[in-house]
Order: sequence, then C-alpha cells, then structure tokens
Amino acid sequence: MTDLFTTVVRSTVAKRVGVPQPTSLRRYEPGAALCADPVLVAGSGRFEAGLISWLTTVGIATVTNDEPTSDRLGAVILDLSAATDPSELDQLRVIGAPAVKRLARNGRVVVVGTDPATLTDVAAVSTQRALEGVVRSLGKELRAGATANLILARGESAAGVQSAVQFFLSGRSAYVDGQVVRVGESTATNPDPLRPLTGKVAVVTGAARGIGAEIATVLARDGATVVAVDIPGAGDALATVANDIGGTALQVDVTAPDAGRRIVEHATGRHGTLDIVVHNAGITRDKLFVNMDDARWQGVIDVNLGSILRMNTAILADGGMTDGGRIVCVASIAGIAGNRGQTNYGASKAGVIGLVDALSAQLGDRGITVNAVAPGFIETAMTARIPFATREIGRRMNSLQQGGRPIDVAETIAWFAQPGAAAVTGQVLRVCGQSLLGA
Amino acid sequence: MATQPSPRKARRAAVLGGNRIPFARGNGAYAKASNQDMLTATLDGLVARYGLAGERLGEVVAGAVLKHSRDFNLTRETVLGSRLDPHTPAYDVQQACGTGLEAAILVANKVALGQIEVGVAGGVDSASDAPIAVSEGLRHTLLAANRAKTLAQRAKAMAGLRPGDLLPSIPQNVEPRTGLSMGEHMAITAERWGITREAQDELAAASHQHLAAAYERGFFDDLVTPYLGVTRDNNLRPDGGVEKLAKLKPVFGKGQNATMTAGNSTPLTDGASTVLIASEEWASEHHLTPLAWFVDAETAAVDYVNGDEGLLMAPAYAVPRLLARNGLALQDFDFYEIHEAFAATVLTTLKAWEDPDFCRDRLGLAEPLGSIDRARLNVNGSSLAAGHPFAATGGRILASLAKALHEAGGGRGLISICAAGGQGVVAILEA
Repeated sequence: MTDLFTTVVRSTVAKRVGVPQPTSLRRYEPGAALCADPVLVAGSGRFEAGLISWLTTVGIATVTNDEPTSDRLGAVILDLSAATDPSELDQLRVIGAPAVKRLARNGRVVVVGTDPATLTDVAAVSTQRALEGVVRSLGKELRAGATANLILARGESAAGVQSAVQFFLSGRSAYVDGQVVRVGESTATNPDPLRPLTGKVAVVTGAARGIGAEIATVLARDGATVVAVDIPGAGDALATVANDIGGTALQVDVTAPDAGRRIVEHATGRHGTLDIVVHNAGITRDKLFVNMDDARWQGVIDVNLGSILRMNTAILADGGMTDGGRIVCVASIAGIAGNRGQTNYGASKAGVIGLVDALSAQLGDRGITVNAVAPGFIETAMTARIPFATREIGRRMNSLQQGGRPIDVAETIAWFAQPGAAAVTGQVLRVCGQSLLGA
Repeated sequence: MATQPSPRKARRAAVLGGNRIPFARGNGAYAKASNQDMLTATLDGLVARYGLAGERLGEVVAGAVLKHSRDFNLTRETVLGSRLDPHTPAYDVQQACGTGLEAAILVANKVALGQIEVGVAGGVDSASDAPIAVSEGLRHTLLAANRAKTLAQRAKAMAGLRPGDLLPSIPQNVEPRTGLSMGEHMAITAERWGITREAQDELAAASHQHLAAAYERGFFDDLVTPYLGVTRDNNLRPDGGVEKLAKLKPVFGKGQNATMTAGNSTPLTDGASTVLIASEEWASEHHLTPLAWFVDAETAAVDYVNGDEGLLMAPAYAVPRLLARNGLALQDFDFYEIHEAFAATVLTTLKAWEDPDFCRDRLGLAEPLGSIDRARLNVNGSSLAAGHPFAATGGRILASLAKALHEAGGGRGLISICAAGGQGVVAILEA
C-alpha cells in the first residue's frame, strides 16, 4: 500500500530534513527467539521467580536489577503485583527508568499487576489501578517500535501470566501498545510451542480476503485445520485462501438462519471437531445518523452482531464446539471510541464487546474462552480507499506512528486461540498501536 | 497349476458433490476465458470445497465439445495448473453434449471395478473462445509447401492458393451429415409430434422459476463458485413469465408451425462443471457423506441421417433399455432430470414415452412407458434457464440431482441427456 505520499515521507530527503520515520516493527516468525537481547525481570512480585525460570527454559537470558551492566535489553518485565501502597510505585521509576534507556529497537516493557477488581483494600486498589496510568503514558513515550503493556493477574497461578508475557515479548504483539490484559487461573500450556494449534479445527468467517484471509492463514500456520467461510458471492477468492492453507471452503452467508448449523456440520462432519470460531465477517454501510436508512442500519447490525448471536446458539449447542474451545470476535476501535458516520457500525461493534463480556462469564465452566480484538488503523484494501488526509491522520495518530497490518490482528487472535491462553477470557484487546482514538 | 484370478466384485460408486462456475451467455463475461481457464477454476473450487489441495486422485476425466487443436491434453493440462497433486493422471473424452455425463460414467465404472478409489468427472465449453481454423484449401497448400524440397517446388505449391482459401473456417452448430442446425432438426421433430408453442413456453418459464427459487434457498451455495465477477448463471431471468416468452419470434422451423424461439431454446453458453466420485471407503476415510450412488447408465444412438428418427430422440431409446436392465418402471423415480436442449426436446421425449405406437413400433414394448409426475421434472431448473455449455451440462445435472436426492433423505433420480450425432446418454442415481 505504498502511495506517493508515503514514498515521499519515507525518502532519504525527508529523513534528512527530520520527518519522523516509523520503525519497521518486529513481527513473529515461528521458531525465532522471543527477543534477541536479555530480559530484565524485577519488581519483587509473586510471578517474578516463575517468569525468570520459565524464560531460562525457553533460552532467553535474564538479568536482575543487581547486575550492573550497560548492555541492551530486549525487554523489561516489572512485576508490581505485590504492591499495596502508592509509595511502592516508585520502584517502577527507580528500576524502570534506567532500564528503558537501555531498551533495544522493538523492545518491550511489560508490567505485571494484580487485577484491582480482586482487591478490597482502597490503597491496594488504587496502587494497582495506578499501573495502568504508568503503562499508557510510557507507551506514548517509547520510540523505535517499543511497546508497553500491562498484565493484571486475577489469581495466583503463573500459567496465564506466562502466556500473556510470551505474547507481549514476541513479535505477535507488534502493533499492540498501551493495552491491559486480565488473566485468570489456569495451568494450561501449549503442547507444541512451534505449532500451538496442532490438532485444532478452526472456523473463520469472512475469510475470503483482507483480515479474514490473514487470520485463516495464521491459524493454519500455527497448526490448525481451517474451515474458511464467506458469502457464496466471494467463493472464488475463498477457494484460493482454502487451497493455499490446505483447509476447506464453506460458502454460506452468516446471516442465513441455518448458518450456524451448516458451520458446525461442516467442521465436525469433515474434520471431526470444532475447537475455534473466529467471528470476523463484517460490513460497513456508513451514513450520518440523520440520513441513515433502514437497509444500512439493519444490514450492519445483522451481519456484525445479530448473526454472531444466532450462530453461537448452534455452535454452543450439544455436538457443537468442544469444551475448552475458543470464540474470538472482531470488534473495532469504532465500537469503543465511536466514529462519525458509523452509528450503525459503532453500535454493532460495541454490541460485540457486550457479547464478549456476557458470554465469557457463562462459558467459564466449559473452559471455553470468549475474547475480541479491536483493530485500529489496519492497512487493507478498504483503508487504502480512505481519502488521503483522513488516511494519513489515521495511520499516524498512534504511538507507533504507522498503520498496523492484517497479520497483527491475526496474531492476536491466534494467541487467544492457543491452549496456553486458557486463562484469558472476556478480554477486548486493541490492536491499534495505541491509537489516540478511544484511548 | 496356476489358479485363475476370480473376477473382482463390483462395488458402489458414490457421488460426493460437485462444483461448477456460474454459466454465462456466450460472448459475455467469460468471452476471454479459455476452456482450460474455466476448467481449472472449477476444479480448484472443487478442491477447496473438499479439502483436496495436494491430494493425488485416481483420475480426472473431462472434455470439451468446441476444442482447439492445441488443447489435445486439456484435462491433464488443467490438472497440472490446479491445486491437485500433479501426480494425478487425466484424460479427455468427447461425446458432444453427453461428454460430462459420459466422463462421470467412466469414473464411476472404474471406481465400481476397484481400479481407482476416487476421481473427478467434468466438462467445459466456450462458445466465445471458439477455435477458428484455416480453410481446407489453405491447409492443403501449406502442407504441400512444407513437403516441398526445393524453393521452386515450394513456390509452385504456394501458387495453387486461391483467394477464397484465405477465409477462416469457423465452427458451426450444424450436423455435418445433414447441414441442418440442431434447432432446425428439433423443429422438424417438434412439428411431427405436434408440440405446441404454449407448452414449450410453459416449460421454459418453469425452468427459470425453479432455478431462481433454488438460488434463493441457497441450494447452489455448495455447488457453484463464482468466476470473473459472475455469481449466478446470467441467462437466468427470475421474472420471465410465459407472457414475455410468448412475445418472442420463432427462430427455428418455418411458417405457421414454427414454435421454437430464443426463449424456449438454450443459448450459446460458456461454463464448466466437475463432480467428485469415489468409493464408499474413500468417502468414509475423508469424512465425506455420499450424496447419492451411481447406479447404472446407458447410451443409445438413432439414425437421423437415413432413418426417420429425430436427431435428439436417442434418450427415448436409452431410457427403456436402462429401465429394463434395472427392473424399473418410468414412474419409479422421485426426480427426473431431462436436459432442456430445447423445451421441445423434453416435451417430445415425454410424449414419445406416452405414445403406444412409438413404444410398440420403435421400442418394441407391449405397453407404453407412460407419463411422469411433472412436479418431479427439473425441480431445480435446467438448461433453458442455466444455459448449456455443451460438455459442462452433465456435471451440472449430476451434482444437482445428487444433492436433491440427499436433501430429500433418499430416493431415485433419472438423468437424460441428448447429444449431437443422434446420441443419448442416460443414468440412474439413488440415495
């Protein structure tokens, strides 16, 4: 998607005159190290020791705050989960500031805290809530592709924290910045770290092109057998995607009354089971609220929200998704911050967030997690058609000063889908480079 | 003493599903697509639907009626350009409009005999990207020049060229032995059998209505994959009623008795279709549910040149032979798929089976085959609405009928397809 403007602002001349240059982000490659440089782990929280021993087992060098060295750091993990008084927050500054100075390109700051919702002491709650303010501000200060994110633990077990730390350290989270993820109790891990979705059967709706095609591709790369779903009218592009990833193509309109049944029948009939569903299919029909007609309103609400509710009924019925399954929805920054001309779209995507909240609570005892990603400005054929000025603002108005790629959305979804991410449910994770919108 | 190998027992061949591209009227959306382009896209759509990327199949069998000489190995070239394992063998067949169904018979028979476990049968035709050849005069001149050993001999050979030889030879929809087009032949038969204009228009309107309804209820969601921006057969006129058809002028036949119009005859069409046929074991290993079983097939031919039978009457002869072999009556079917080359073809065939004289004198039957329940005829539309890319029609009908039988929870279906050269190919499916 290199237009003339992008070519000009990235030219040697532009660099010389000081036009800020976006950093080429480090993206995930199977088998590559989580990060190239050593990781500082500090903070004296309850997960610190466990994280150090786990990082050692996966071959990442760790350093503690007691070893004076000026080497580059790949990441800084600060475990403040034990802090109960605002005075303890100073540790973040004392340990973190010199460490952040040593952060390598595409480095990571990961802060681990305790979910304030699980606490009652007012000082403890405010201390833990304060971590979010630190991380969100630090994300805006970091440069050269570095990101800062916060993990809030709801319990004592380390597996969930570990899974989230792994995601944030890796290139999978390249475009996730300034975000908070809550993790619960779990002991689950990925049986095969290189192909974490091996043996899983995944359904991706809207898979013929754009972000959906990328999701299908990434899930297949991670080992899943993928059923690529799209409307019959997109069947030719869908066939190409399915053949590229060795999956199967299922032509069905998600708004059809029997769409859920057909998806379940195809997945279980052809592939024996149904483990992962990614509700990605969506449309926009923009119009200012006062001019919005019935077709635009109903169409967007039904495709983006109503169809998911209906399909879930079939997917979650007996003979549908296995226990321990994964449902991932694609929300949008427009569902959080709103967008001019998108009252219908904003409604549908905010509704998806509500769905994730409510359904995740209901499905906990089946071990099924329900999460959503909320993409910000992602470089697709659709965003390439946005008028120049609007597009350039959308692209730049975030801490990473660039648009994300479909693969960034796909990698986050693939993480939610992992067996090791069992502790992550009810989350809406923004993949937006810490966009200023809806921050 | 060496033991004699015992003949292998035949087993059932299953129709697992199909894929076709939407059929498009000639010189339209697919005007620049070659037969190989269309057949490859269709095969890849089938591969995607059934997750066959990289799989080696027993065989792919397909053909085209209008075929360029460079396409001598059309189906094998298609396989090499597809997502199938390149170790999948392929061959071409050609039996005019019977090509697609004949290809399926060949695949089903090999499956039944245990020679292959799975195969694809298909067909493709482009009336738009038609082969244009040089005239016979130019061809003979050029060959003679090629044989010449000296410059003088070559000059002499080339001197034999006449201006008229430079005109290209364009394929024509006529029977080589009569010089009559298929429509003209059909018009003669229709007049002989007294087939009315009204009956033909009614059948044509029903074809459009049935096809439109099938699309509306999603029947084709797993039978058709879009191609070059076309998502539905573009000959389909969902709102075309009998009144509109009645206004058209006859194009075949002469004078007062001319009844055949562009509305109740199939247009020249481009398209391709494929069908996946396998053994029960292969289907089960691949977690695929057989839609229907390929029971039996029969071909027949009539002497329309020196005899007095109509060009497209061969199915009328093939069906009673097939019924007799299987101990069935014409009424023992839940679905009838009679290819609508022309509305008059279907009506003539049905009338012939009801006619005691025809059944006695021509078919040698004591009793007529009788009439069928017309509500079971071409229930999801046929060639008048979908169009008729010659070799692709068999695959369209086969996959649609198999799905209809599966949807109905079981039953028996009869396929009848007429073909140029006075031939007919018919088959029985059961579910």
